Formats: sequence, C-alpha cells, structure tokens
Amino acid sequence: MEFQVPSLNLLIVLPVLIVTGWGMLLMLAEFFIPEEKKSWAPWLTMLGLVLALIQTIGLWGYNGGTFTPKGGAPMVVVDNFATFLNIIFLLTGILTVLISIHYLRRTGLDRPEYYMLLLFSVSGMMLMGMANDLILVFLALELLSIPLYILSGFAWPRPDSEESAMKYFLLGAFSSSIFVFGIALTYGSTGTTSLPLVLERISDAGMLGLVATAMLIVGFAFKVAAAPFHMWTPDVYEGAPTTVTAFMSVGAKVGGFAAMLRVFVAALPQLGEAWVPAVAGVATLTLIVGNVVAIVQPNIKRMLAYSSIAHAGYIMIAVAASVNSPDGVSAALFYMLAYLFTNLGAFAVVIALEHKQGEGVMLDDYKGLGKRRPWLALAMAYFMLSLTGVPPTGGFSGKFYVFRAAIEADLLWLAIVGVITSVISGYYYLRVVYLMYMYDGEGEVVANRALVWTVGLTALATLVLGLLPGPWFDMARDAALQTVQMVAGG
Amino acid sequence: MPEVTIDWYVALSVILFSIGALGVLLRRNAIILFMSIEMMLNAANLAFVAFARHLGDLDGQVLVFFVITVAAAEVAVGLVLIVTIFRTKKSINIDEIHLMKG
Repeated sequence: MEFQVPSLNLLIVLPVLIVTGWGMLLMLAEFFIPEEKKSWAPWLTMLGLVLALIQTIGLWGYNGGTFTPKGGAPMVVVDNFATFLNIIFLLTGILTVLISIHYLRRTGLDRPEYYMLLLFSVSGMMLMGMANDLILVFLALELLSIPLYILSGFAWPRPDSEESAMKYFLLGAFSSSIFVFGIALTYGSTGTTSLPLVLERISDAGMLGLVATAMLIVGFAFKVAAAPFHMWTPDVYEGAPTTVTAFMSVGAKVGGFAAMLRVFVAALPQLGEAWVPAVAGVATLTLIVGNVVAIVQPNIKRMLAYSSIAHAGYIMIAVAASVNSPDGVSAALFYMLAYLFTNLGAFAVVIALEHKQGEGVMLDDYKGLGKRRPWLALAMAYFMLSLTGVPPTGGFSGKFYVFRAAIEADLLWLAIVGVITSVISGYYYLRVVYLMYMYDGEGEVVANRALVWTVGLTALATLVLGLLPGPWFDMARDAALQTVQMVAGG
Repeated sequence: MPEVTIDWYVALSVILFSIGALGVLLRRNAIILFMSIEMMLNAANLAFVAFARHLGDLDGQVLVFFVITVAAAEVAVGLVLIVTIFRTKKSINIDEIHLMKG
C-alpha cells in the first residue's frame, strides 16, 4: 500500500506553531528557572507573542492553505481574514499579559502556568480563524476553551472562582457536544466536513442540513454568549479573576465569531434564507437582554459581562447582514478590532481599582475617581463613551459600519433595534462617568506602569479608530473579500 | 425480521443525544450532568460511525478518534474542577453552588 505524505506548508502555520511551541517550552523551562527568577515568565510569554505577531503581520496578503488531504481542500487556510483575526488574538494576548503581571502578584496568583494556559488558549483562538474543516473548528474550539476553564478557576480555593470554573466548564462542554452533533449531521447530509465541499453539497442536503445548521448556531451562540444561551456569562465573568475575564470577554468571543463567520458566510450561504432570520432573531434578543439587564447591575464586572453580551448582539447584526451585503464581514471584523481595545482598556481600569481580589469592583467604588485619578478617570470615561457608541470613538465607527451593512442587506429593522438598544446602553455606561465625576469617594487605586501603559495604548487605539476609521476599515474589507473568494475557489 | 438501515442508527443516536440533553437540563448533580454530556458526545460518535458506514467513507471513523480524545481531555479538566469545588463546598449539587446572583 502506498503511503503519501500530505503536502505541508509549515511556514503559514508558523504563528500558531510559535505560540503553542512557546507554551510547551515555557512548561519545560519552568523546571530550570530558579525560584527568584520566576518573574520572568510574563516577559518570556510576551516575547513569544510578539514573535508570533511579527510573523503574522508578515503573512498579510498571503493566500494559501495547507494540510490538504488527497483530493480534498486544505484543512488550514491562511488568508487576510485569518491574518486580521490572528492579529486581534495576539494583541489580546499581549495586552492581557500586561494587565496580568501586577494583578497576579498582589492577589497571590502568580504561578507560571497562568501564562502557559494563556498561550495555549491564544493558539486555539488563532486556529478558529484559520480552520477550513468543521472538525478542526471543533478542535480549535476545545483548545481555546479547556485552558479557559482552568484559568477561570485559577483563584481556587476562592469559592466564587471555583463556581465560575465549574459553570463555565459544564455549559461549555454542553455547548460543544451540541456543536459536535451538528458536525455529525453535517457530515451525514453532505458526506464531508471540509467547508468548501460542504458549500458545494449543502443545497441538496435537505432537512438534515437545516437541523445541522441550527445546532451549529446553538453551539456558536453559547460560545459568544448570545441570548438565550448567555445564562453562564455573568456568573463566570464575575467569579473568574478579572484578568481572565478581560481575556475571555474579548478572545473567546472573537474566536467564536471567527469560526462562525467562516462557517456560515463562506460555507453555508445557500442556507442563508434559513439562518439569517435565526441569527437576526438571536441578535435582537441578545441586544435587548444584554442592554436591559446591565442597567440593574451593582458590580462592574457583572455589568461588563452583560455589556459583552450586548456587544455580541451588535456583531451578530453584522453576521446576519453578511450574506446580502458585501460589507457585513468587514463590519464585523472592524467592530471586533474596536471592541478589543475598548473592552480591554475598560478592564484595565477595573483591575487598577481592584486593590484586593474581589474588592473595589462595585460601581460605588468609582465615586470620586475623577478627583483622585484624573487621567485614569478620563480614560475610563472615554472607554464608556466608546462602548456606548458616541463619536469620536472606535465603538462609534464600529457601530456605524455594522448598521450600514445591516441597511444594505435590507435588515433596516435590525439596525433600528441596534440604535435603540445603544441609546438604552448609554444609561448604564454613562452612570459610571457620572459616579466618577459627580461624587466624592475614597478607595485605593493600584496603577503600576504596565497597567498605565495598557490604558494609554488602548485609549489611543480607540481614538485612532474613532478619528480615522477609513484605512482600518479598508484593511478589514481586504480581509473579508478574500475569505469568500478563497473558499469558493477551493 | 426487518433490515437494520442507517435510519435506525441515526434514530438511536438522536435518542441518546436527547436523553443526554434532558439529563443536563433536569439533573442537579455535577457528576451526573457530566455523564449526560459524555452521552451526548457519544451519540455524536455513533452518528459519525453510522454515516461513515453508510457513505462508504473512512473520514467519519477518523473523526470519532478526535472526539474521543477531546472528551478525554475534558474529563481530566472537568473532574479536577468538580473535586476542587467538592473540597470547599462539600457538595456537588449545582443548586447549592450559587454565590453570585443578579
């Protein structure tokens, strides 16, 4: 029997290899680094992420795939869509390391495993955007999630962290089993799990294909925390260490959307008539639930959890619009880029106020921040404006492109829902600003240099995306167009 | 005696999947929830194998190995989390584990 080695192009998966390999190397190196030099772990992690980022930026404009089985389509593809998302994931990783260093030390969680798990999770996220085969989507989803289950329970034996980890784990595993069953049904109805081949055959799949699509939607909706599958989010976000919350509110969500866009827009556009109304419905519900329930939250982590649910709704508007509008995918990509900076920036401020673990996270702790820490308060106010969607912020540009794509795709009602819920969201975001400037209060603020840098950089990036969104949106547009061409061409 | 066709297998896997899903939604013991999740994954495995046999294609059987491997990794992490929470709370009933509300 002849055995053929499939053609490999390792160069294009090099960023993922660097991140995973770096994680493993750090695991080994941990044995040899003396105790007093353990504080190197975050900086070594950062080095690995920066190397991968440089390599990823070098792949901009590259189009290709690898791990091609005989007579099939590549399982891993690198196009601008994947590269754009990989840049988002690596930036998320780098910023998370920056906000983690001091936080972990003062909360007594400074164990090197934290950074390794972070690296593994980032590699899973990167594969989510590159996966061109449903089974690889599943593997990437698990590679993303399993380290996150452990990370959310990282503050054990604190009961709320343990509870958060268990809830996340049980619901995450539940949703992945629904997702796998969806893959099984897709396989049964089309005879393949490769996305380009699914694209060719799904129109003949009939009922089974529709059921499979529905299960895939449920699986993704759990991952991105869309209503009515969002029940785990507030508890998990509140209980997990705040740095982990920051990481998963951006990374896990964008990872879910990465695979969702590739699967639904590139492989299942023929079923658009069936899934666009479903996704639009989920988006509406998500926007209403997220924005309305956020109003009554006294805890800022919980408020930001509901806010992240709401933002999943805005990105889902773009997903629903992407079948009929050429700008849907690029609007989603741009929105996620803006969301990355805004949300991580807001979380960096939350971490600065959380002087002890679990303390200083109530909204009342923000009273008087404008007097105590004028610059930090200004940045927080700016992030809150960006999350609301007030110009000139990245959040405004993102919402503008999303709503424009929705109108182009004849989903005017969905854009109207989005605008109305944005107005509602102003109530709870601006309340933070109000508390910071209109009251007096005291409380410790721990702002070390890495944290201040993170806040400054994210605020600057949000400002740039707000003032000059054009070039970045063009980049997102390059990224989006190529996906569709790439997959359609096999 | 009727011939056992693909439909039988798919029906069985759908039944197993539904029992698993109902178990997750109705039971309150974390270990039993976890077993129900495993049952859902195995229902998917059965569907994969049955479809692979029906289509005369080996891919489905290979996919089962991936699912089994991932399930094993999930078991490792999941049991650790359940054991840790049992040590602090002396209970794995998920109704008794709710500190956070809102």
